[in-house]
Amino acid sequence: MSENVAIIGVGHSKFGTRKDVNIPELCWESMKPAFETANLEPKDIDFFVVGTAGMWSSEQAVPALIAEYADLAPKGSMRVEAACATGNAAIRVGYTAIKSGLADIVLVLGVEKMQESPNPTIIEMIGRFGSYFWEFENFGLTFPGYYALHGTAYMLRYGATEEDFARVAVKNHYYGAKNPYAQFQKEIDVETVLKSPYVAWPFKLFDCSPITDGSACVILASEEKVKEMGIEEKVWILAQGVGTGTANLSRREDFTSLASARFAAEQAYKIAKIEEPAKEIDGANVHDCFTAPEIIAYEDLRFCKRGEGVELIRNEQTYIGGKIPVNVDGGLKAKGHPIGATGVSQAVEAYKQLLRKADPGRQADVRNGRWLTHNVGGTGHYTYVTIYGLEKR
Amino acid sequence: MEKEAIEKFGLPIVQDEKSGALQWVDLRELKIRYTISVENTKNFFEALKEGKLLATKCKCGRLFFPPQKDCPSCMKSEMDWIELKREGELETLTVIFVRPPSFSSYDPYTVAIAKLDDGVRILSWLKGDPKKVVPRQRVRVEVSQRKEGYLMFELVPI
Ligand SMILES: [Zn+2]
Repeated sequence: MSENVAIIGVGHSKFGTRKDVNIPELCWESMKPAFETANLEPKDIDFFVVGTAGMWSSEQAVPALIAEYADLAPKGSMRVEAACATGNAAIRVGYTAIKSGLADIVLVLGVEKMQESPNPTIIEMIGRFGSYFWEFENFGLTFPGYYALHGTAYMLRYGATEEDFARVAVKNHYYGAKNPYAQFQKEIDVETVLKSPYVAWPFKLFDCSPITDGSACVILASEEKVKEMGIEEKVWILAQGVGTGTANLSRREDFTSLASARFAAEQAYKIAKIEEPAKEIDGANVHDCFTAPEIIAYEDLRFCKRGEGVELIRNEQTYIGGKIPVNVDGGLKAKGHPIGATGVSQAVEAYKQLLRKADPGRQADVRNGRWLTHNVGGTGHYTYVTIYGLEKR
Repeated sequence: MEKEAIEKFGLPIVQDEKSGALQWVDLRELKIRYTISVENTKNFFEALKEGKLLATKCKCGRLFFPPQKDCPSCMKSEMDWIELKREGELETLTVIFVRPPSFSSYDPYTVAIAKLDDGVRILSWLKGDPKKVVPRQRVRVEVSQRKEGYLMFELVPI
């Protein structure tokens, strides 16, 4: 048993269109810096977890593939999938393996090479992350469509506009431009978003996160190992909450919030003893696969009251210097969203922010020494809320 | 594309248009089509032929739509098939402009969620111009024939 678990090494590949590498090469791009920052070698790993949704890419046995490529064989491994929350589901497995005492050092890798398939094939596959029969087979609901149903409900209830949603994209591109690993490193304005073609009304192309290739890696260690190895640079996993939603959206009560996210958040806050999140956390990475869900996340995470999320973005309160900085690495929107890598990438960002290693212009003020990540699979089908800290609990 | 490459170079390798990086073009194409059991929900599909919308109701009182065979509240599987009133209120909608290839024969379509007066919610296509609906628009569920020739329910503004 290890009461506390720390991230002791991190790595991040360049996100984007990665026609220059194959899957194991893309994995190694984030694994190598993770080994280096942890000052470890492949032989030191007790167990490893790979988060990848797969389907659109050729190789499905990714744990075995990297066991071969990176000398991890014959150590134990597991592949996990939780739609767009796959990366944090992988962290969950590594975290619980160490907490339970079954492992001391676990490597967690998130990877996706979506662009091995053409875009139409990906649109076809990703629309199937909800209820296949009742939503996709008969009504052709696409992934942007799932969240657009929430965006519309939010607009109807709280008077938010398409322009408000656009402000989220503007913020995330602003920070993406400062992140060398981001897919889009270019600032945009509200006009750019509003002029882009509709994908699923009210969402336009620039309301949507892109189709991305990328990998991210963290190495987790038990408290004992951290002491034994005398590791200075680390962040602790203070708490993790996990929630699940219904497959069919029609089985839910409300479309202005994600019940699984509220559940996961409250679970995590209780464990970390956080009462007023916006005051006790230095910043957050939330799951902005589209613009509106970032605003909904502010509310589900209690950064503000219900219906006031739109005010936070209007008043630029989620920029650095505001009430609580959100997605200052560009978020899924500008950094890119390689499904399985996204949750792990958020953890890498938490590590960088808390240890003040973020790139110039996107380092948040670290006062409380706590960072939050919110990773959603499907449309609230799965939510992982993880709180990282400089000091252990 | 790959055939041309094989003829020219003897291998299915082509250059990526943007980056110039070399790509092996997979020759093994996969077509996926599932067969899904409706044995225990066949009453629902039978009723569509009569223009009716059915849900399952457990002896304990719990109503299920989409219909399901088993009740996790009382752990029994003794369902009655009941007809829904087919009227309700629109809660949200989206218009799907970028369609999956398997829906490419359709024009952009509106997907909506309504809460029926019976208390259950339903997700389906909404007929007509989405710009003409108002918040909390009253809607009726109707059964109509799809382009593919099969019957499916849709929401129609009243
Ligand atoms: Zn029952």
